Amino acid sequence: MSDSDYRYGFHDPENYIYRAKQGISHDIVSEISWLKGEPEWMSRIRHRALDHFFKRETPTWGPELGNLNYDEIYYYIKPSEKQERSWDNVPKEIRNTFDRLGIPEAEKKYLAGVGAQYESEVVYHSLKEEWTEQGVVFLDMDGGLREYPELVREYFGSVVPYTDNKFAALNTAVWSGGSFIYVPKGVEVAIPLQAYFRINAKNMGQFERTLIIADEGAKVHYIEGCTAPIYSTDSLHAAVVEIVVKRGARVTYSTVQNWSKNVYNLVTKRAMVFEDGLMEWVDGNLGSGVSMKYPAAILKGKGARLEVLSVAMASKGQVQDVGSKVIHMAPYTSSTIVSKSISKDGGRSSFRGLVKVIPGLKGVKASVRCDALIMDEESRSDTYPYLDVNSDDVEIGHEATVTKIGEEKLFYLMTRGIGEIDAAKMIVNGFIEPVVRRLPMEFAVEMNRLIELEMEGSVG
Amino acid sequence: MPAIDNNNALIIKDLHVSVEGREILKGVDLEIPKGEVHALMGPNGAGKSTLAYALLGRPGYEVTGGEAIFHGKNLLELPVDERAREGVFLAFQYPQEIPGLKVFHFLRSAYLAYKGLKVEEFSPMKFMNLLNEKLELLKMKEDFISRYLNEGFSGGEKKRMEILQMAVLEPEIAILDEPDSGLDIDAVRIVANGVNSLRGPERGILVITHYQRLLNYIKPDFVHILMDGKITKSGGPELAEELEETGYEVVEGIG
Ligand SMILES: Nc1ncnc2c1ncn2[C@@H]1O[C@H](COP(=O)(O)OP(=O)(O)O)[C@@H](O)[C@H]1O
Ligand SMILES: [Mg+2]
Repeated sequence: MSDSDYRYGFHDPENYIYRAKQGISHDIVSEISWLKGEPEWMSRIRHRALDHFFKRETPTWGPELGNLNYDEIYYYIKPSEKQERSWDNVPKEIRNTFDRLGIPEAEKKYLAGVGAQYESEVVYHSLKEEWTEQGVVFLDMDGGLREYPELVREYFGSVVPYTDNKFAALNTAVWSGGSFIYVPKGVEVAIPLQAYFRINAKNMGQFERTLIIADEGAKVHYIEGCTAPIYSTDSLHAAVVEIVVKRGARVTYSTVQNWSKNVYNLVTKRAMVFEDGLMEWVDGNLGSGVSMKYPAAILKGKGARLEVLSVAMASKGQVQDVGSKVIHMAPYTSSTIVSKSISKDGGRSSFRGLVKVIPGLKGVKASVRCDALIMDEESRSDTYPYLDVNSDDVEIGHEATVTKIGEEKLFYLMTRGIGEIDAAKMIVNGFIEPVVRRLPMEFAVEMNRLIELEMEGSVG
Repeated sequence: MPAIDNNNALIIKDLHVSVEGREILKGVDLEIPKGEVHALMGPNGAGKSTLAYALLGRPGYEVTGGEAIFHGKNLLELPVDERAREGVFLAFQYPQEIPGLKVFHFLRSAYLAYKGLKVEEFSPMKFMNLLNEKLELLKMKEDFISRYLNEGFSGGEKKRMEILQMAVLEPEIAILDEPDSGLDIDAVRIVANGVNSLRGPERGILVITHYQRLLNYIKPDFVHILMDGKITKSGGPELAEELEETGYEVVEGIG
């Protein structure tokens, strides 16, 4: 897609209330912590994480990150005075942006609650009354820390410690915004909650932090969307998402990642799943310049399950380095990872799938399937499977296919009067159909729409 | 023979086609008027499929001379999809599988494109009605249409799927490349019945086949023999029977 086809590339004037100066330091971290008026223990974690960030090497096993300049990034921008519960009170320019992105409309139609983050802070947040009445908590992370400090203290960093990787360390040091969700025992939130992340400023770093706790037998579906303006300089999005799926609970986390191509998207997402719990990651990666994202699960309780459905599209100038990780730590756990990637116009997609089974487990099942579709000679796709299995009683399947779009298939469809672009779209949509079919309706529609836009932008 | 005008016939003149630098068709002349069924026979490797592919514009099939005129246009100069929309259809010997593409969605998209209709102009309901008629005509079950195009289809199902597409698109000129290959006799009968139900004054049909067997079920008006890139002999249906008895070698001798 050429820049002019990215319809979310517009930007507002930068009228923030507060902006920390460029670059990263302990002073910046202290400043963020002080502005938020957070407890001492959180501040201490931030500084320790920053030390770790400074110490930790930039990973070199994946995409090239050498051009990412940490000194040019703004690590904290506060866009408005306070968070609102009514769109009418959100500053007009910001409200218009979210209107253009269709958020208030989606909220009315099919969402249980919405959080809208702009730069570093969540400017709007709401949860429909029927869910608050049942004890469901849906706040921004700062609000979560204020109102439920014990829960946050217990779980923050328990699934993704800051020592996990350089970007998890950075996020822990400067995190701001993101979602805090608690669903009480046995409560099933029937319609999705959504968070939308918008970067507006140039050289912005967005570091939202999300913690979702589904108590025993609870059920929740969380949808995340994101866009940014097109700038010639880089922005950085480094989120951390931690999910706790308790006994018999079920969490679905869906993402449509549609950042503009100047965004580095380096996120760490992981769930800890207890007995008979189910974690589902549904991941659509269409935007960003470089993405590194491997939604993961630690299957900790007997019978815990993981399902991952992922679709990635890498176009001109894009690297989609995606995949999934699962660690089976208990008997009778199962995991299914299905990934579809499309590379075109010189784009590059990589799939990394890690399956680890600790020694001596019974009845473990794991299957990984990744299919790649390559649209032209300039594009590229790679698969990196890592299997680390130390138990005998394991059923494991691994399948990877690479398909070139094939002139024969295009020819066949075109002999039926179908034009070349439409024929290519049909093949691509067919390729991802097994994944899209399983998505929630609105989500599937959005995904198809974005892929079609991407296809149209490429031909002619 | 009355003069044939190119609105009512596909006229192929002196067609030369090369594949990977090797000349396969060495000057083919053939006229397929609407309302007639022509059979094209010939040994394996003679260039029968090459003729079909070249007419539709398959990449890699390089036309080095000649023309194929229909509706006053040289088809060989048009993009593949435009040739199709001129009313020329090819039932493939080996149809492609398109994973994830639902037959219903495919047929509807093809129908709209073929007829130059906008999505709003022909509702899915309306198309469903049309499709049901065609399914009935070809004695096909409805569950076909919710499957993925040719994926996991048996040989016979693929061939019937091709005929169904022809029934839906209603082309003026239909080229059927070995619609009987790989089928047992019951399946041949089913496919032949389908084709016969689509015969009519508004349609010219070219049936490509290696064996005379199919022509017991689809009775051609004319038969042409293609050998080594050239039509060596043309005649009435009796030519096919003659061929059955004597084989291609002898026909070549006679030709
Ligand atoms: N795609 C191709 N690549 C290379 N050679 C081809 C290709 N298609 C056809 N040919 C060659 O062209 C000749 C005619 O093939 P074809 O038209 O398929 O014959 P028929 O359909 O009469 O059996 C054969 O020698 C075949 O090997
Ligand atoms: Mg052939």
